[in-house]
This record gives sequence, structure tokens and C-alpha cells, in this order.
Amino acid sequence: MMRNPKDLTRYDAQERANHWLVGICFILLALSGLAFFHPAFYPLTQLFGGGVWARILHPFIGVVMALAFLVMFFRFKSLNAMTPADKEWLSRVGEMIDGNDHNMPEQGKYNGGQKMMFWAMALCMLLLLVSGIALWRAYFSFPVDAVRLGAVVHAAIAAIMIAMIFVHVYAALWVRGTVRAMVYGTVTRAWAKQHHRAWYRQVTGKS
Amino acid sequence: MALQSLDIARRSATTTPAPGVRQTTEVAKLIDVSTCIGCKACQVACMEWNDIRDEVGSNVGVYDNPADLTPKSWTVMRYAEVEEKGKLEWLIRKDGCMHCADPGCLKACPAPGAIIQYANGIVDFHQENCIGCGYCVTGCPFNIPRISQEDSKAYKCTLCSDRVAVGQAPACAKVCPTGAIQFGSKEQMKDYAAKRVVDLKSRGYDKAGLYDPAGVGGTHVMYVLHHADRPELYKGLPNDPGISPLVSLWKGLAKPVATVAMAAVALGSLFHYVMKGPNEVSKELEDELEKEDAK
Amino acid sequence: MTNHWVDIKNADLVMVMGGNAAEAHPCGFKWAIEAKKERKAKLIVVDPRFTRSAAVADYYAPVRAGSDIAFLGGVISYLLTNDKIHHEYVKNYTNAAYLINPDFKFDGGLFSGYNAEKRNYDKATWSYQLGKDGYAMLDETMQDPNCVFQLMKKHYSRYTPDMVSKVTGTPKESFLKVCEYIADTAAANKTMTILYALGWTQHSHGSQNIRTMAMIQLLLGNMGMAGGGINALRGHANVQGITDMCLFGASLPGYMGCPNEKEPDFKTYIEKRTPKMLRPNQMNYWQNYSKFFVSLMKSFYGNAATKENDYAYDWMPKIDGAYDTLALFDKMHQGKINGFVCQGWNPLASVSNKKKVGDALAKLKYLVVIDPLATDTSEFWKPHGEFNEVDPSKVPTEVFRLPANLFAEQTGSYTNSGRVIQWHWKAADGPGESKDDSEILATLFVKLRDMYAKDGGKLPDPILKMSWPYRNPNKPLPEELAMEINGKALGDVFDPKDKTKVIVKAGDQLASFAQMRDDGSTSGGNWLYCGMWSQAGNLTARRDNSDPSGLGQTLNWGFAWPANRRILYNRASCDMAGKPWDAKRTVIKWTGDKWAGNDVPDMRPNAAPDENVMPFIMTGEGVARLFAPGMADGPFPEHYEPFETPIDKNPFHPDNPKVTSNPAARVYKNDMEVFGKAKDFPYVCTTYRLVEHFHFWTKHSKLNAILQPEQFVEIGEELAKEKGIANGDKVKVRSNRGFIKAVAVVTKRIPTLMVDGKKVHTVGIPIHWGFKGVTKPGFITNTLTPYVGDANSQTPEFKAFLVNIEKI
Repeated sequence: MMRNPKDLTRYDAQERANHWLVGICFILLALSGLAFFHPAFYPLTQLFGGGVWARILHPFIGVVMALAFLVMFFRFKSLNAMTPADKEWLSRVGEMIDGNDHNMPEQGKYNGGQKMMFWAMALCMLLLLVSGIALWRAYFSFPVDAVRLGAVVHAAIAAIMIAMIFVHVYAALWVRGTVRAMVYGTVTRAWAKQHHRAWYRQVTGKS
Repeated sequence: MALQSLDIARRSATTTPAPGVRQTTEVAKLIDVSTCIGCKACQVACMEWNDIRDEVGSNVGVYDNPADLTPKSWTVMRYAEVEEKGKLEWLIRKDGCMHCADPGCLKACPAPGAIIQYANGIVDFHQENCIGCGYCVTGCPFNIPRISQEDSKAYKCTLCSDRVAVGQAPACAKVCPTGAIQFGSKEQMKDYAAKRVVDLKSRGYDKAGLYDPAGVGGTHVMYVLHHADRPELYKGLPNDPGISPLVSLWKGLAKPVATVAMAAVALGSLFHYVMKGPNEVSKELEDELEKEDAK
Repeated sequence: MTNHWVDIKNADLVMVMGGNAAEAHPCGFKWAIEAKKERKAKLIVVDPRFTRSAAVADYYAPVRAGSDIAFLGGVISYLLTNDKIHHEYVKNYTNAAYLINPDFKFDGGLFSGYNAEKRNYDKATWSYQLGKDGYAMLDETMQDPNCVFQLMKKHYSRYTPDMVSKVTGTPKESFLKVCEYIADTAAANKTMTILYALGWTQHSHGSQNIRTMAMIQLLLGNMGMAGGGINALRGHANVQGITDMCLFGASLPGYMGCPNEKEPDFKTYIEKRTPKMLRPNQMNYWQNYSKFFVSLMKSFYGNAATKENDYAYDWMPKIDGAYDTLALFDKMHQGKINGFVCQGWNPLASVSNKKKVGDALAKLKYLVVIDPLATDTSEFWKPHGEFNEVDPSKVPTEVFRLPANLFAEQTGSYTNSGRVIQWHWKAADGPGESKDDSEILATLFVKLRDMYAKDGGKLPDPILKMSWPYRNPNKPLPEELAMEINGKALGDVFDPKDKTKVIVKAGDQLASFAQMRDDGSTSGGNWLYCGMWSQAGNLTARRDNSDPSGLGQTLNWGFAWPANRRILYNRASCDMAGKPWDAKRTVIKWTGDKWAGNDVPDMRPNAAPDENVMPFIMTGEGVARLFAPGMADGPFPEHYEPFETPIDKNPFHPDNPKVTSNPAARVYKNDMEVFGKAKDFPYVCTTYRLVEHFHFWTKHSKLNAILQPEQFVEIGEELAKEKGIANGDKVKVRSNRGFIKAVAVVTKRIPTLMVDGKKVHTVGIPIHWGFKGVTKPGFITNTLTPYVGDANSQTPEFKAFLVNIEKI
């Protein structure tokens, strides 16, 4: 049920489900992965039933995330094509971070930052998948040097990705009115007009 | 889990220091390749003492059987036929865990207490804590640990830590018929090796020497080699083994850097929020839209 | 072994030839390593293969399988030509100076007296010239052309380094290098030990292989010395024991001979078996033969053996022909044997020509297998795929399997290669219904005796009167048996010099075979073992390893036969005056009034050096024989080709096909026909053992099966290339008697040799596989081997025959 019929639909149910599937997988992966990464995080394995279960589950969750992300990738790929406006937006991202976004160039459904995030995540996902398979000793066996490289890549990319997801989540929290897009699927017109004016115009036909 | 005794020097995935008050003599096993006849008595002793039985395999065209280390074969003999100065040599090396002073397996292991280094130098796997991730395999410069397909635990030579703890030599050293496997304090073993090297040099092996590679901080299993300058002759014994730089990066610098970086992003976000406040939809815009609606 | 295991550590040179001690005797081989480590000894290996022994050797020389006499004859020639012999030793302690019958000849590869039809020699001319006093005549200058030294020199003058290389395939420089190593030990204070095993015995000239080496050791003065000797390394922990207790059908315990048809009465037997004194003042120890024999008969028949009935001599079977393994299975093959009790033996796997053995077993009415394991032999009738193709409906033989306890499930004694008898205690009970061998045999005996008592028979006495003094007749205790073998006084035994002095009281255990009598007052199951269980108790159970000499003599560890002597002929470790050749390794020495030192002297203890009692006390002449008329195939070893030879002729006698192979070796008619020729089977094959397995036993043991799971054959890289065989390929190896299939191990360790101008490849086959056990099933290697044995011992020629090989 829509809270306000005038709200704009930003994500349909399937898109939201897809996103949250990826999101939940990512959280589980981050928690279990961190447990293997640094002794300080090892107690996180208790969330999964202990170290062995964490080790067993992590790669399977990873496969689920990769597949779900693949679907999501094709859903949103075309919407994330970079435009000159995105580049301009990116060049002025400092103003945005400073909280002064009124003079930022007009953005479509996604701004330059989001698009950058999209492509960076796609790349990271690919690297995590490939390096993760190299590490998955239960089913695969690769030359030890490949596994060693895989371990470093997997750890480094995972750390980067966790950082990016922090940014992603923070951005959603910081920009008020955003989270509901992924919860209810709708945003207010004002939100759209303020942050994604081009998209707003496109979906409402107004200026 | 707490450290179990004063005899533990290092424990995998543990950042706190081990108790260090006790002085323990470092032990070592010395494998004198020049007096090894490749009889495999050590393999039998290992299987018997540890109650492990590998599969009855097949012959793959060499004497090596089982053909490689497995979760149930913690030591195997490796046979290499090489020609040196036009003279055939049959180099027979007992392969197994080297018990490095700086063990790559322990460094790589993510499970606290799954890999232990005792103060006497023995590196031991505690399978109860092993999660079966195989990072030890990745970390080992000698390609020793093996993960069991049956129970997903890592296994390797324990240097008979149970026997050594009660003053016995490892089973393989106990049975070696020619005395090619010696066991004692690391110092004693080095002295013994020095005598063997003198003997070998007197027999024309100018490059005879002790294999106790510094790259891993020295080992608690050492070899006397006729050709210490070319350990790779002995079925690929690494020339200058060390923990792979990739593993060092992964389990070294990467850990604090990445942790700090992730924390920094999280904290940065928080402070950004506190300092800049939320990015709200502007009231003006909302009013404007409401006005439009009212029309 | 004339010496013992630990003594190997005293050698300056350890030679391994005709064996592969590291492989087959890894535990004893520790002493070779010890010699290297502690004495800086050198280790040299001569073998067709670069073996595990070679892996730790200072020098390795290849040799063609079956050409050892050519090699060793060449060594003799080298030593004589280069004057690298221990002169004083050779002159005094061997028969080098003895004059030989001038009619003795060696011509065209044959010694005088050959009978081509019977394939044997009339040895009349192989004799010493005897003086009027009946003693052998000597030429102390050793210049007489008929003296042993000159005859020997002439005989081996043909064995030049070039000839050796041509026959053996050993590169000339390798041969000469080995000669140099050996020649160094001609110095009085240097010794070489030789470790050999079945690589010398299992040839049609096996005994002569060993004799040639014995001659070398005599020329070098290495016999009787610590770190010297001729050392046969026996396979099983107790095979020395079984040999001592009479392994051969024609023997009695303690190397006495079984009476034969030509010895119809006791007097003739004793006269023929007691050697004459050939030089004055010698001990000629076999002159005590009658004492040993009568004591044996008393242990067999107790009170039933009396002076009046010649100590039951008439009850002994009189051998009417050969009863060795090959002879037995040939008889069985001819259908002349009804029943076969096969105890602790797996002949289907371990005798030559498996097909012949299988066919022979199928002609039996019954076969009784007494064994801890389900042997291949016990299932000779049962199809096991291609590994044992047989039609059970055509086998009438009834097979009984009686499970026996394994060695660790029995108490008893082992006699090791060094003649040391050691008691061992049972470690565990046997499984299921298994019983000690002694219990199985005793139960069988008691049953048979009851049947004879009840039903009578043609000659029941040998069974009915058998002494059977065990507390439980069905289960003699090992202790009872050991005491019986040692022997005891049945009546008081008196000092021969003072007939009033009792040296052993009636009922007491004997302390030494010197106490044995031929008047019925003593019994003893094996004179050589006398002393092992004296009134002092079971000396074989002693475990005192104190070694004051540092030579490893440990006289209070177990008990060595004879008389607890650790090094045989140890009198020869001293010069004529009784001073040790090497004071640092004193075995014994003359102290002024007696022989004493670190061993039991192999000499009458009070025989002063000037009495000239010579060290080889078992011979009538008191010296060792470089010229040995006792051999069936010649007093000097001569090279003969194996019966299957890759070069079709004997290069020493290329024009006389009669002497291509040993002319005195026995060959059965149907076996001669299945010898292969080089044109069809161009490769020399040799069979051997691996350290991972023990014969055909350990294929039943999982641990061993893990270490060597699958049958393989080894070939050199050159042959592999010629035949397109890659490492790990499956190959088929054929001889004229059958084929086997196995995995190919292609190795640098099997060299290709140039023999008589022709390349000769070797195929090596480990023997351990069969169709029963937990290893992967394999073919019985002896499917391939020829049915011919050594002229003296009839040990089959497993070590050199011909095969062909192809990839499958």
C-alpha cells in the first residue's frame, strides 16, 4: 500500500528483493570473511555456528551473492552508463560531501557517484568470485601460487568492498528519504526533484 | 581458548603474547640423506604410531609410494635419479613437515589455536580447532599440509610431539635402521651434521652441507645433503624457502591496514554525519510541490 | 656368515656383490653405514642394477647378471698379477703350497674326469699328492707347476681385465677401480667384508660364485679377521636356524649327511663320513663325527638306540637320489608323489616355472598346507583371473589348510645370519584356531604313532620307538625342544684323559659338543647347538650387550654356534707366532700359555703356535682350500654362462658348446627343452626382492601393501626407448615358460652393457606379488624362471635368464 499516491516508484518489488538478497549475502560474507581475515574478528564465526560452519557456508553464500548480483547487474547496467553530466557531478563531488548540493548538476536516476559505485562493485564482485574460487579447497585445486595470489586479492578486494558498502549505506542514511526507496520502493517527489531532477522530470513529465 | 601450557611459544590467529618465562631446549630431527637407503621404515613407523593407514594405491612408474603426502601419509620417501659428473646418484629424501622456526602455516592459519608452535620448536596442528580452510597449505613454503576429504581437517607430521613430550624420539627416528634419522637438541644435531659433512667432503662431495634454511628462520627438521648447493636435486627441495611475499602481505601488512581503513571509513561517515548533518529534502521543495498539488 | 652382523662395522672396505644388503637386510646394513661413519670405511657395490645399496656406496660398478665368476676370477688374476696378496697368510693358512695329482687337468672348459652322459665328474684326479706317511705333500716355495698356487695362477691367467670386461659388460676402468679397492686390503692390517645373498646363490654356478670370493678373501688374508670373512646374509630371521637344523633332504642336523644307499651299515657310514687327517697335528674336527651322530640318534630314539643295534642306524632312511626342491617337484610332476605336507612355504610362488609346479601339485592326492597365511599354493587349484588360470574340475588334489601361528605368536629361538641364537618370547596369541607348528606336527605324529601301534605296518619301529619325552605329547614346549637339541648326559660322562673323573653327571645338560660321546652316554639334537642350554640355563636368552673389546663381540648376548664363537677361523687373525695381524682389532691372541682375547678361540685353547695346529680346524689339512675338490663342478671356479645366455656361447670357450653353461649342473629332460634362446628372448632378466616386502608374506599386510602396492618391472632408459615403453606403461614380459604383465618402471638405474661386442639390456623383476593378499593382484614372477639349479646345492637359477618385453 502506497503511503502517498503521489510518491514516485523508484524500485519495484523484484528489484528490491534482488538488492536485499545481495545485501544480506554481503553482510554474512563480510562477517564471516572478516573472521578469517583477522583474529580480532574470529568470534564472528559464532554467528554461523563456529569456525567450521563459517568456512563451509562462506563460499556458498558467495556463490548466491554472485548470482544475485549478476541479475542485478543486468537490471541496472544500462541505467548506469556514464554521461558527461556524471563526470561534471563527480568533479564537484566535494560540494556534495560538504552538504551543499544545491548547485550540483542535474542527475538522472543515478548520480555519478552511484554509477561509479555500481561499476566498482561489479568489478569487485568479479574479482572476489574468481579469487574466492581459487581459495575454495573443498572443491577446487589450483597451483599454490595462484591460491596465494587469490588470498591476497580476495582479502584486499573484500576490504575495499566493505569500505565501499559502508559508503553506500551511509549515503543512503545520510540522504534522508533514501532508505525507503529500497524498503517501500517509493520516494517522495521532493526527494526525487532534489536529488535526481532529470529522473523526476522523466517520470513526472514536469519541469 | 586460553594458552594451554608454558610449552607453547606461538599459537595461530592469536595476537596476544605467549607465556615466555620457561626456557626450553629446541629439538631437531636430522635426516642424513647420505646414509638413507630409502627403506620406508619411517613411513611404516609413522603409520603405526599415529594409527593411520593410507589407501593401497598403484605403481606410477617410480618407487615413491604413496606417491605424495596425503592426510594419511605424513611422510613419504622421494627418489630422484640424477647424474653428477657422469656418475649416477640415487638421491632419496624423506619428505615431511620441516617444523620451521617461522612457520608459514601458522602465519596463515585463521583459526585460533589450530596451529601451535611449541617452545621446543615443534609445529603441531590441533585438529579440534582446525576449520579446514586450507590456509596452512597456502602458507607453507614446502607444500606439506594436506586437507582430508573425509573430515576437512589439515594433517601433517607432528614430529611425534606426543612422544617428544615424554622424552622419546619421534617414531621415524626410532626405527631408522641406518641411523639416517637422528633426533636430539638442535645444537647436537648441528654438531652431528658438521661431522657428517666433513666425512662427505672427504669422499668427494665438495658441496656437502646442512640444510637449515634461514628464510624460514631455520627448521627443526634438517637435512645433511651431498649437494647442499643444489637442494632442488632432491626432488624439488626448495633452494631458498621462505614464506611467500604474497602470504606475508596477506597475513602481515594487509591485516592492520585494511582493518584501519575500514574503521576509518565507518568513523569518517559517522563524523561526517555529526559535523555536516543529514542531507534532508529541502522544505522549500516540498512546499513548492504541495503548492503545485493544491492548484 | 663366518663373522657376524655387528662385526661389519670393523671393516675397512665393505663390498656388496651378489646381494643388495640395504634392500634385503636394512637392519643389518646399519653396520655397513657404521663402518663408513666411524672407521671411514669405503663401500663398493657390484650389481646389474644401481641398487639401494649403491645409493649409499662410494663406488658402483655394473655387472651382467650371471657373470660373477668372470668378474671375481678377474679379481684373483689382478691380485696375483699385481702381487697384492697376503703372502704369509696364503703360504701358511691355505693349501696354496699343496701339490696336486699331476693327472689333474683343465682343458677346453672341462676339468679332468668329466662324464658327459651323467653330467658329472669323477674326481679321482682332483687330489693331493700324498707322501708315504699318508699326508699331503707341499712345495713351500710354491714354484712347482703342480702346486695349487701355480695351478690357480695358470687357471686365472685367462681372466684378464679385457676378458672380464668382454664377458661381464663391466667397463674395464670400473673393474680395475674395484680391483684397486679390494687389493688395498691385502695389507695385513686391512680387512674387507663381503656381504652377499641370493644374488650369488641363485645361479647354476651359485656355490662357485661364493667360492671365488672365498678364494679372494683367503688371498687377501681376510678370513678370521674382525671386519673380514665371507658373509652370507640370510633372508628370513631364522633361515640360518632352519639350515642348521637340516634344510635339505640329504642332510641331518648340524650339517651331517643323511645316510644313503651306498652306506648300508653304521660302520661304512661312519668311516665314509669321518675325514682322514691330511697333515700332521691338525685338529680335523670332523673326526668327532661319530660322537655327533650317535648323540643325534640317542636324541631320536633314546633307550631304543643301543650299541647292539648300531644306535638304530638301520631305522634311518637311506637316500636313493636327490631330494632337493627341484628334484621333488620333478618327481611330483611325473606323478610319483601322492601327498605333500607344505609347511611355512609357498612353492607355487617361490619355485621356478610356476606352470610346472602347478601341474605337479595337481597330480597329488592330497596337499596339506601348514601356514599362518592363505598362501597362493593353497589355492593353486582355484581360478584367479589371468593371474592363475586353472580348471578346478581337472584338479583331483584334496587340499587341507592348517592355520599356524606366526613367529610373533610363538616362543622359541631365532638363529640369525651371524649364527647367534636368540630366544624370543611370544608377543600375542594367534587368531582363531591357529596353533604352533610344533603342536600341529606333534599332534600329527601322535596320531600316526597310535595308528602304527594299532594296525602295525611294514616297519613300525622308527615311529613307535621314537623318543617323545614331552610332558604333553601333543604340545612339546619350545623349552623342552631347545633342551633336547642342546643335549644331555644320559649316563655319567668321563674325562677322556682321566677315566675316573666325571665331567658331566648323568641327567645334566651338556655344556659343549666336546662332551659328546659315541658310546651312547650323551644325546643331542644338533651338535652345533650344544651349549646353548647348559646347566647354566638358556644362554640364548641372554641380553647383556656389554662389549669390552669395542668390536661388537658381545659374548654374553645370546649364544653363537659353535661354542659361542663369534668369528669363525679366528686363529687366522694372528700370525704363525700367535700375534694379531692387527693389534687394534684383536680377536684372539696367544698369551704364552693359551689362546684368549675377545672371542672363543677357534683352536684348541692350549695349542701353542709351535705345534703348528692350523686355523681351519674342520679340514683334514687344517688349512683353507684354494683348490677345493669337494665341489661338484670343479676345484677352481670357472665361468659358465647361465643356462639362458644372451650371447649363445661361453666367451672363455667359444668353440665348445658343451661348456657354454655349467657342465655339471643337473638338467631334467623336459626342462632342457624349455630353455629360451637369445634370438627369441634377447634380454637378460633377473629377479629380486624389495625392502618394502618380505617374499610372498607381506602382500597380506596392509602396511606393506601401502608401501609397494602393485607389481612392476624395471628396465633401462635405452631399452624403454627402443621398445616405445614409457614410465608407468603396462608391459608384458615373456620367457619360454610363460608371461607376466606389470607396470614398467623406466630407470637410469639399469644400465645397458656391452657384452662380447653386443649390447645387452637387463629386465629386473621384483618377486613379491601373487593372486592372494591385499596388494593389487599380480602375476607370479616365477612363471618366467627356468627349472635348473646350482650343481652343488640345486638352488634354482632365479637370477639370470632370458625374456622378451613388449608394451600392452
